[in-house]
Amino acid sequence: MLTETFTRLYGPKGWIAFGVAALVVFVVFPVLSLAVPPDSAFHVSSYWVTLLGKIMCYAIVALAMDLIWGYCGILSLGHGLFFALGGYAMGMYLMRQIGREGQYQSDLPDFMVFLDWKELPWTWWNTDQFWWAMLLVVAVPGLLAFVFGFFAFRSRVKGVYFSIITQALTFAAMLLFFRNATGFGGNNGFTDFKRILGFTIATPETRMALFAVTGAVLLATLLGCRYLVTSKFGRVLTAVRDAETRVAFCGYNTVHYKLAVFTLSAVICGIAGALYVPQVGIINPGEMSPANSIEIAIWVAVGGRGTLIGAIAGAGIVNGAKSFFTQAFPEFWLYFLGLLFILVTLFLPQGVVGLVNKLRGKAA
Amino acid sequence: MKTLLLALLLSFAAAAAAIDRAAVEKLATGEADERSAAISALVAEADPRAAEVLSALAEGEMQTVAGKDGARRVLIVRGEEAVDAVTGEKVTPLPEEREDAIANNRLRGQIEGALAALKLLSPERETRLEAVKQLAAGADEALLPLVQKALAKETDAGIRPTLELIAASLAMKSGTKEARVAAIRRLASSSSPNSRTLLAAAVNDPDEDIRFEAQKALREVQASLAWGERAGLLFAGVSLGSILLLAALGLAITYGLMGVINMAHGELIMIGAYTTYAVQVLFRGTPYFDWYLLAAVPASFAMSAMVGMALERSVIRWLYGRPLETLLATWGISLMLIQAMRTLYGAQNVQVENPAFMSGGIEVFAGVVLPWSRISIIAFAALVLLGMWLLLTRTRLGLFVRGVTQNREMAACVGVPTGRVDTWAFGLGSGIAGLAGCALSQIGNVGPDLGQGYIVDSFMVVVFGGVGQLAGTVYAALVLGFANKFLESWSGAVIAKIVVLVFIIIFIQRRPQGMFALKGRALDS
Repeated sequence: MLTETFTRLYGPKGWIAFGVAALVVFVVFPVLSLAVPPDSAFHVSSYWVTLLGKIMCYAIVALAMDLIWGYCGILSLGHGLFFALGGYAMGMYLMRQIGREGQYQSDLPDFMVFLDWKELPWTWWNTDQFWWAMLLVVAVPGLLAFVFGFFAFRSRVKGVYFSIITQALTFAAMLLFFRNATGFGGNNGFTDFKRILGFTIATPETRMALFAVTGAVLLATLLGCRYLVTSKFGRVLTAVRDAETRVAFCGYNTVHYKLAVFTLSAVICGIAGALYVPQVGIINPGEMSPANSIEIAIWVAVGGRGTLIGAIAGAGIVNGAKSFFTQAFPEFWLYFLGLLFILVTLFLPQGVVGLVNKLRGKAA
Repeated sequence: MKTLLLALLLSFAAAAAAIDRAAVEKLATGEADERSAAISALVAEADPRAAEVLSALAEGEMQTVAGKDGARRVLIVRGEEAVDAVTGEKVTPLPEEREDAIANNRLRGQIEGALAALKLLSPERETRLEAVKQLAAGADEALLPLVQKALAKETDAGIRPTLELIAASLAMKSGTKEARVAAIRRLASSSSPNSRTLLAAAVNDPDEDIRFEAQKALREVQASLAWGERAGLLFAGVSLGSILLLAALGLAITYGLMGVINMAHGELIMIGAYTTYAVQVLFRGTPYFDWYLLAAVPASFAMSAMVGMALERSVIRWLYGRPLETLLATWGISLMLIQAMRTLYGAQNVQVENPAFMSGGIEVFAGVVLPWSRISIIAFAALVLLGMWLLLTRTRLGLFVRGVTQNREMAACVGVPTGRVDTWAFGLGSGIAGLAGCALSQIGNVGPDLGQGYIVDSFMVVVFGGVGQLAGTVYAALVLGFANKFLESWSGAVIAKIVVLVFIIIFIQRRPQGMFALKGRALDS
């Protein structure tokens, strides 16, 4: 039974690759970063650890996006919102962990002192407890996606309509979070975190631990998604993508399938956001801008829709290019990104993975 | 007869010379209270020289020198020339050891009001009108005698009512009980926020009669003020609606009729705004500067239309029938256009000046000013709408566009060049976006990110109105404009915007086809 599942997920080559990836994340990187002295050529600086950790968070988001867009054909432009909500939930916990070490030496977060608030708003209840914050990370995006999706899918909002109203939702949420009165730091969001679970957040050890946890979540998400899309549930999802009406006439309630995958996808995004915030050290409403959500779609499109490994590759390629361009030629980044959007949609409908498969097919 | 005339002339001359010497001296050298009393005294005489003396003090041109009998002699010194402030005679040579008479801010404010009040007696209607407007915003009690003097002489129907109100509000503060009651009754017919403040203060007056009158008057003023506010709100709603309409009209063609999800629509608006800027730069320095808009309107249409047609030919054409891919590709286009504008014109906003005829506004109620720029945009939106309707219903191109929208294959069968019609239609929609940009450049900032702010709004308008329905777009724009402004008046702008967005989201979920739906039986549409 268990072996059956194993062989269903990946072939021997796939499992070897998976093992290598796990080895790199859990052994090679920690050793190169912590044990190898800083002046060695093999040392991995904390800049790279943070950058790769960040990209792995994006890869998790890309997996979530691929699950719903690549396999179910629903282009959600609200994934940036779910990501940011998870990040905000984590951010609230981190803000509470600062304690009295903020600039105003108050129990309240600095921005609340600045606004002359006397006590925490109800939304902050219990956020100094890690378990509660983790619950929020999962529950807030999940609940929002469930409620929103329930009404949207029930009234058969689909295709571009769905994209546009999820975009409007993200935009509305961004406006809401920009307000100081909403109680989440307004324009500046949360920053200046000091520690997580008692560990100082800026030390190389904590950074490495966060990196490893992110890697573990990424690999687990990959396996989970793989399990899902190779199951019967996954088959139905693909069928919904290709011919929804026909699936409905076959007796499946497509609303349930779409709602389930949308909610799951949102929860994965929330977890990625929660991992992202302690690593980059800031969360603000800019993360909710509609542009970010569309960018997520291009990661998946570049890598190749409907292939999980493609989503991860796409997130790596686009964000790697972004880091390179914004440092070397900042003024050309938008040209490059824009061109990528156009060229991929016009000439690479299957993405990089599709391209590789095609080349391989020709070679063989 | 001759002697009489001479006597009259003399008495005028005497009056001209009879500006109060003591008051002028106090004004220049006295203590703070004395100086302010001196201003009132000078104004009460309404002497033509008073204006000169007062403005000299405000401008820092007043100086004093030691006089013959121990008193200071007051001079008005401009450059190397000096005149005696009292007589107006030239003083040569310029005396040594002069001291500056300096006015503090409180005095300056008082002088400003006094100068305005003196203008009330000007023979020019325009000058008086200006003075009345200035004083209506708040005047000093000491000006009451002068205002009353002006009131006695004033015959112009456009000025007199305001002047009466000013007199009444001044009389409210001082004067006998009868005068105050009369003043309160007079104020009851006014609809300015100032009178409301005055009356609200009088409601707590120790005198019972005044309290009673004030309460009655306050109710009346508040009622008429409420009407003014409602009218202002209505106008703001129509204004916002017209802006939304302009931004969404182009999209109503490219998305509504053609089904192209053009995320670069906002950037086509931005290109129109930048074209307006470029035309304005060309016209700067020429005597025809005020008319640059006339050239900018067709230029912005042509520019955006050309960019749009180029996009359709090069990218969008290959993605028909794949809306999600179109969305991503056009988003990429929008990013490149934004960056292109940054490269060309810099990341900062550029300055687009309003032509003279669009600055200022008309005041329909007290405190409700309708700016000409907004009125022009409402008219412009109506014209664009009319033009688009005529084009779609009365021309061959319009016929083709409608035909291709309704049934592409059938249109192709009867010989409509559908490919070319697509290009033209997309160009038309893009051109209208350019027109929107031209209009928006007159009321907001013009920068590379201009379009980003409108993309969500324009899609909301089109989707809310019902895709494929021009009339729906018009209604949706107006409804959303009103809803936004009405909510804004009690919840603030950001919350209003959020509420409207959430409302649209819920509305679309209840009624995915929008307010006005095309009737059809297709399951997959």
